[in-house]
Amino acid sequence: MRIVAKDLTYTYNPKSPFATQALKGADLVIEEGEFFGIIGHTGSGKSTFVQHLNALIRLTGGSLTVGDYDLSDKKCKFLELRSKVGMVFQYPEYQLFAETVEKDVMFGLKNFCKGMSEEEKQKAVREAIETVDLDYEDVKDRSPFELSGGQKRRAAIAGVIVTKPEVLILDEPAAGLDPLGKQEIMQLLHSIHGGWCKTVIIVSHDMDEIAENCTRAAVFSEGKVVMEGAPAEIFRRSDELIALGLDIPVTAKCARILKERGIEIDTDFTCDDFISKVLALYARSGGVSKADTGAARAEKADAQGGAGDAQ
Amino acid sequence: MLNDVTFGQYYPVKSFVHNMDARAKIVFMIAYIVAIFLAKNFFGLLAVTAFLIFVVLLSRVPFGRVLRSVKMILFLIIFTAILNLFFYSGESSYQPLVEWWIITITWESIVNMVFLALRLFLLVMGTSVLTLTTTPVALTDGIESLLTPLKWIKFPVHELALIMSIALRFIPTLMDETNRIVAAQKARGADFETGGLIKRAKAVVPILIPLLVSAFRRAEDLGDAMDARCYSGAKGRTKYKKLVFTWRDLLGLLFLGGLITGVVFLNIYLGGKFSILGYFL
Amino acid sequence: MEAVKFENVKFSYREEEDEFAVNGVTLSIEEGQFVAVLGRNGSGKSTLAKMINALLVPTEGSVTVFGLDASDPKNTFEIRKSAGMVFQNPDNQTVASIVEDDVAFGPENIGVPREEIGKRIDFALDAVGMQAYRHATPSRLSGGQKQRIAIAGVLAVMPKIMILDESTAMLDPKGRREVMDVIKKLNKERGMTVILITHFMDEALEADRAIVMHRGEAVMDGTPEEIFSRADELETYNLTLPRAAYISKKLAEGGMPVKGAFNAEELAEEICASLRKI
Repeated sequence: MRIVAKDLTYTYNPKSPFATQALKGADLVIEEGEFFGIIGHTGSGKSTFVQHLNALIRLTGGSLTVGDYDLSDKKCKFLELRSKVGMVFQYPEYQLFAETVEKDVMFGLKNFCKGMSEEEKQKAVREAIETVDLDYEDVKDRSPFELSGGQKRRAAIAGVIVTKPEVLILDEPAAGLDPLGKQEIMQLLHSIHGGWCKTVIIVSHDMDEIAENCTRAAVFSEGKVVMEGAPAEIFRRSDELIALGLDIPVTAKCARILKERGIEIDTDFTCDDFISKVLALYARSGGVSKADTGAARAEKADAQGGAGDAQ
Repeated sequence: MLNDVTFGQYYPVKSFVHNMDARAKIVFMIAYIVAIFLAKNFFGLLAVTAFLIFVVLLSRVPFGRVLRSVKMILFLIIFTAILNLFFYSGESSYQPLVEWWIITITWESIVNMVFLALRLFLLVMGTSVLTLTTTPVALTDGIESLLTPLKWIKFPVHELALIMSIALRFIPTLMDETNRIVAAQKARGADFETGGLIKRAKAVVPILIPLLVSAFRRAEDLGDAMDARCYSGAKGRTKYKKLVFTWRDLLGLLFLGGLITGVVFLNIYLGGKFSILGYFL
Repeated sequence: MEAVKFENVKFSYREEEDEFAVNGVTLSIEEGQFVAVLGRNGSGKSTLAKMINALLVPTEGSVTVFGLDASDPKNTFEIRKSAGMVFQNPDNQTVASIVEDDVAFGPENIGVPREEIGKRIDFALDAVGMQAYRHATPSRLSGGQKQRIAIAGVLAVMPKIMILDESTAMLDPKGRREVMDVIKKLNKERGMTVILITHFMDEALEADRAIVMHRGEAVMDGTPEEIFSRADELETYNLTLPRAAYISKKLAEGGMPVKGAFNAEELAEEICASLRKI
């Protein structure tokens, strides 16, 4: 489903002294199949924006279409839309409520697919729980509150993906997890991306996470989209990001300093690419390197597994 | 929807009313309520209203802000007022206006309704002036101080005050949390807007349970944090903010005494609430 | 002087089980040290931290804080006065609705006279750079600001040790930076002993010493540079290198003569140097 937002505006507590305009004309197109990153400060309007995508916040200004759903249309089937655009909030484990993991995961299914037979439902729940790498037999009858922190988060994600949404939005999916936990969550997202889940949208403060995982990204600031493009393009404009008070990936920081010293590295700012480009440069300038460009590429494949490690 | 809850939110400006001793303000509040219920006719209530307007002006809190706290319980006021309108059972010296089934509306019942609504309105306005001009901490300190005599009968005054202060402190946090959980469950297809009473009651479970779990988690964290900051009950504890009774408080109380006396006099000389009908009919 | 000493400390949350959250830790922390404690979720690092100010009492072994035995309930109050603790969730640590009242809570508890409390609030709010928010409502502040208030609340008790139990985990990068700047300043300028529990590897680089916890044991102990140069060992404990360290390691494996770099600046320096060598 293609997402087209034009001139979105939104004000919290309108007509009150506490009125705050969260969106001030945001334009953004997210194509089907993207692994999209949304960057911005707390209060930049990014959360308000993503909550528009499944009509948790009703459109009040501008236009928004998600696939064939026109959200400005009052007759738009919002419930159906929500089943196709899944939303995982920050710390989703805090929304678990049922007695068993199975029942909790089934919650969405019960709400969305009322005509489904019990058997089909059970099958879908099983599939969702297995997708998030939990042991179905082990966890299905356990209380979600007994699980460990990482497991709880997975169970909560299972509760969202159980309806197989075509678009999955996650707000800081790795927040509060340790490095390995973060890596596992990102791997999970990649494994479902491209199957029934065509588009993944993550909201993240972690620029390294954006650089490593996303095909495209948008930067929100003061209620508008101020930058948009592949992470490589965005992080090439690191001066602007810094001016906005945002972080940049370690690779971009390093590339900036090197550029000041007259060394240009044409990288997409992923760790692996950066390493291979530096090694290639080293080889080109006559250094004895184990890796020429070709070997560096092989190295890249080897490093793939460890790429997310360094967070 | 939940963002509209502003009841009990301190409005930080400096004013005569803000600077008054919390204990004095609580006593003041009680006296004000007494005045409202002492008033037997509209003139009395008018005097109370004038007094309230004066206090609000003095407090430099915008009127709109005070009115917003009424908005919250407007439904309650209207509901009680309407019940009173329909089912007023007092005697009537005028012709009933409507008589249908068990409902009778008379001039008296209309007066009664207006009177009641006005009383409730004044009550809520007054209470919110208190909470808007007094920090929750000062308020609980004030209550603690006023309740001190109860310590003699081993009533846990300090603990009670602390509990109230913490409860007030966590209201905005739990409001935010509720909004978040509602949004998350809506994203999973939960429907809180349609269906009968039972369905709606059931729909609350996915919100209530996470909210409770989170409240317990927060309580546990807070307990640790308080322990870590050496909390060990009222014993050996000092207080940073001391309540000081000043000329302001004395002036305020004198003024209020005047108000109550005035209301009583108005009661005596201008008759009951229905006497107003005599001017029009 | 020795600030904290653990001697063969074990701790179990459930009495009957012999599953130990902390399983035989022996270590000591000198006064004025800045120690980072690393480890996966559930490695026992928070349990360790809570034993330092007697929120938890060891099942076996002993914890001493400035020579006082933490297992003795008579010492609890004194120990909590000298070892303050800031927790993870910025929303769950304030007791009052106004910043200054919250900061006053600690000093009130230990019976500081009223005039002195005012001075302490000034001192604590200045130290965390939040004086301008003295009369603000904590719930309206950002996460980083809330945590700085929590730090101020602990500082007002005038402890010698500050324990931060994953206090940056729930913050955005800006908030994390604010908090890290404050605790670095406290350590450098006031000689505060800092024990920072974290799973952000780059935060550990700010410390003088890093301890790695794994399954209740302190498995690595040294300067952060030493720890991060033992990448393979770290990996067995399911921890990862800071990104810059990872890149420099890969470059070295690729044949470039780079030494271990721990941040972007060092990494750039190393790359420049090795290109110049040619």
